[in-house]
Amino acid sequence: MTIAFQPALEVRDLHKRFGGLEVIRGMTFALAPGARQALIGPNGAGKTTFVNLVSGSLAPTSGTIFLHGRDITRLSQAGGKTGIARTFQISQLFRNLTVLENVGLSISERDGVARVLWRGLASFPAIVDEAMVLLASLNLTGDAATPIRALAYGRQRLVEIAIALAQRPSVLLLDEPAAGIPSAESHVILAALDALPAAIAVLIIDHDMGVVFRFARRITVLVRGQILTEGTAEEIAADSSVRAAYLGEAFLSQGAPR
Amino acid sequence: MASGTSAAATGGEKAPPTLGQKGWDWAEALPWLVLVGALFTFPGYLALGCQVIVMIIFALSLDLVLGYAGIITLGHAALFGTGAYAAGMLSAHGGWNEPITGLLFAGAVAGLVGFASGWFLLRYRGLTLLMLTLATAILLQELANTLALYTGGFDGLLGIAIDPLLGRFDNDLFRQNYYVYGLCVLFVLFLVVRRIVTSPFGQSLVGIRENVQRMNAIGAPVHGRLVAVYTIAAAIAGIAGGLFAQMHAFVTLQVMGFQLSGAVLIAVILGGAGRLYGAFIGATIYVILEDQLAKLSPEFWEFGVGLVLVATVMFARRGLFGVAEDIARLGKRRS
Repeated sequence: MTIAFQPALEVRDLHKRFGGLEVIRGMTFALAPGARQALIGPNGAGKTTFVNLVSGSLAPTSGTIFLHGRDITRLSQAGGKTGIARTFQISQLFRNLTVLENVGLSISERDGVARVLWRGLASFPAIVDEAMVLLASLNLTGDAATPIRALAYGRQRLVEIAIALAQRPSVLLLDEPAAGIPSAESHVILAALDALPAAIAVLIIDHDMGVVFRFARRITVLVRGQILTEGTAEEIAADSSVRAAYLGEAFLSQGAPR
Repeated sequence: MASGTSAAATGGEKAPPTLGQKGWDWAEALPWLVLVGALFTFPGYLALGCQVIVMIIFALSLDLVLGYAGIITLGHAALFGTGAYAAGMLSAHGGWNEPITGLLFAGAVAGLVGFASGWFLLRYRGLTLLMLTLATAILLQELANTLALYTGGFDGLLGIAIDPLLGRFDNDLFRQNYYVYGLCVLFVLFLVVRRIVTSPFGQSLVGIRENVQRMNAIGAPVHGRLVAVYTIAAAIAGIAGGLFAQMHAFVTLQVMGFQLSGAVLIAVILGGAGRLYGAFIGATIYVILEDQLAKLSPEFWEFGVGLVLVATVMFARRGLFGVAEDIARLGKRRS
């Protein structure tokens, strides 16, 4: 047997240095197609930097990034990182536009419609149709005509996911999707995560262990820019070195599977 | 209505939300009725009317750049002036006096300058961009000053002799023909700008204005889009400048001056940025106010303009067009 499977996303020996500070120090990592994986680690471990490197908003100092076997290390965001979509830890939305317009922008960029300037936007009804289907899948239909600034924060986080999904990614990077949401509302995000299309490989980065253990089948632990360990949720929960490095005892009594 | 909140306007009723603007609103006829009506109601003020029209075209150009794409510039007069000198020199040195092709030439030259400067300038944002646009305008003005042999330098460009329009209509004393000419140019350019801001491209400009980081993340070629709109706006500003040169048959360095860049910025903010028709209101009020205040007090008229601007920024953040929107909304609720 030659190659058992090709990872959706693979990074080899990734380094990122900001001046004298090396944030990512030789990270090698793979995400299987359709994976439900989490990347956890203490503050400053390099999680968000990793997302920025993979999504192309930062260029790595060294190392390679593959998407379905294709080297995308040197591609910038606009240069065709198609296939990878991300959400932001702090919502990055078009605050004065409606939910529909937010998602519509993402669809028209993916389609290449966005460069058309000699036809009215209203003459592309397919964009509205696709956006409404997507919004329905995230229970956002009723908010389609609402501007973001008038939307509850929890629902803004859903729009963040909707914009990413509108890219039709094969790899989705979710940077703390439940950040800043009151715990009473977080079930909305969890439900949305459960409903993500199975074909998409999803990497979730989160501090909320309730979210991580509920969603992820595999967990990777990042400490000071290096991968400490990786395993199934059960293995990670039972791993004493992870506990020492990061988890602390407190959370284990809360949500971790035993 | 043209500001990208079209889907919100449908709220309340169960109408399915839409993207973009469908067709024309009846209210859009209003500014055109006023502009055409001025031919008959103010036949003695058409010289001022010509200035208003030039300013509206120039303000439309800035609105495209500032109001929609969110590009902050303090040097927009550089592009207006480029067009003015292009049209003027084409006649004075080139001996080509046909007005309509002259305008196209002005637009093309200004568009080229806009493309070249935009390619460099639009890598920057915020205060850096503000300073660089200002510096670019000063450099161009200084260049025009230095090339006095061609531009007339400080004394101004003389010897512009424009042929009658379509071979028939002269630049008459009351400016009637040039008012109609300007109005036609304005209408054509307005159709172009309106098409652009209601297109997917126009919507992506609003996206860039609202959140660059997100536009990057969804794969938008932000720099290319900004250069594209800057080039289009430069060509429009150049046509406004060309029109100005043809109307006055005279061009001075002031067409590239900081004062003009400031004036058009005030006109756009006064009318309401990112609102298309805001340019009409703002430019009209600015030119008329300037004219009236200058009669009242030749030395301190700018004080009055400043006062109006302060009042606008304090009490009508979305400009006078924003106030008009609010009134229209109140009226609808009542009926």
